[in-house]
Amino acid sequence: MFNFKSYTRAGSIQEAIQHLEQNPEAHLIAGGTDMLVKLHRGKAQFDHLVDIHDIAELNFITQNDDGDIVIGPLTCFAHVAESELIRKHIPVLAEAILTIGGPQVRNMATIGGNLCNGVPSADSATPLVALNAVVTIEGGNGARQMPLESFFLGPSRVALEQHEILTAITVTHDNYADYYGHFHKYAMRDAMDISTIGCSAVCKIENGTLQDLRLAFGVAAPVPMRCKGTESKVRGRKISPGLLDDIARAVTADVHPRTSWRAAKDFRLQIITTLARRVVGQALIIAGGKIQ
Amino acid sequence: MNRIISCTVNGKKKKLSVDVRQSLLEVLREQLGLLSIKQGCAVGECGACTVLIDDVPIDACLYLAVWADGRSIRSVEGESRNDKLSRVQQAFVDEGAVQCGICTPGFVMAATSFVEKHKHQKVSRYDIRRGLAGNLCRCTGYETIVTAVQKSLGDDDQ
Repeated sequence: MFNFKSYTRAGSIQEAIQHLEQNPEAHLIAGGTDMLVKLHRGKAQFDHLVDIHDIAELNFITQNDDGDIVIGPLTCFAHVAESELIRKHIPVLAEAILTIGGPQVRNMATIGGNLCNGVPSADSATPLVALNAVVTIEGGNGARQMPLESFFLGPSRVALEQHEILTAITVTHDNYADYYGHFHKYAMRDAMDISTIGCSAVCKIENGTLQDLRLAFGVAAPVPMRCKGTESKVRGRKISPGLLDDIARAVTADVHPRTSWRAAKDFRLQIITTLARRVVGQALIIAGGKIQ
Repeated sequence: MNRIISCTVNGKKKKLSVDVRQSLLEVLREQLGLLSIKQGCAVGECGACTVLIDDVPIDACLYLAVWADGRSIRSVEGESRNDKLSRVQQAFVDEGAVQCGICTPGFVMAATSFVEKHKHQKVSRYDIRRGLAGNLCRCTGYETIVTAVQKSLGDDDQ
């Protein structure tokens, strides 16, 4: 039996916010695949739970009239990865999600839970950060939006106030139309493993020129991060093997990996430079580029 | 901290009083005696507690029992019909895909869902391995299990 002291079930966003306001110590539980593991291990800070598992209004994937893709945070990974909308318009997200856990975990774990845990290894975070995703947050003071990139504050810290809940993840049309992406996860196993380094690249090319590149890494810093220095250096360059060399060199100035029991800092840097070259290279090929 | 839930377990309607702190694994084992459902790792890594919820495999160790309200649960106890093993169960027997047996019920349920989802599709041994990636086996080396799943799909020649 899990050891929590109070439990309330929310049937709607409003109910969830009310429960959070009523109990300042309360935490949300969604898919449970992280929260119940923490509870199993006896983490005392999760004594009070607000259960949002079955809030139907947060479980959806839609495309609005402007062409923006909007994902409800309670959508489980399996549904995101199998969604026709996602596979057609932002397949890099499906690609990343299919590396998470195993089938059972992907049937339970939610995309919003993965983002709200705020861990640097969250595999759904790097493709969304590369796609300039925006998150919608609702709380006692109403709704607000912010770029997903600034939602991540530090390890296990996100920009949610105690009374707030993530209600939507949006990728706007201009951020995915004519962009092509690729994801790679470096881990010890092909399934049921945590990223040593995760990498997402999204690019747009025109007449053999790189119009735009957005390169994101997981576990390369305290939060899922973009390589903005590298991106601005290579924007507008002709596609060539030399371009990939320059990207692989430039990323080392953007990232801040650390040593953990999983991998040493130097090893992570080696993976980062290798993945920068391979993942951007593959994204360019998918976009129709010729690297010659 | 008890709640009453209504669910279907292996085709039979049940009304259960469950503590909100209980996992589905605990309720199915302790209240209903479905002892095929094993607690291996208890953190969603080994798949020994795999059951199907509305025909979708989940780890019952990381699933609160209250979430099963209104849903349909399948475990290996409900898979045979009139003393005849299901196609997947029989294939596990025929291929020698069972050794110590601890992981087997979870594997059979994950495999059952995979077979139901991929019926009439061409799948590779790699696809099957990915489909069973949430289940660990320490005995078989997986080859016989993959073959059993291939056989259940009616596709032995890949």
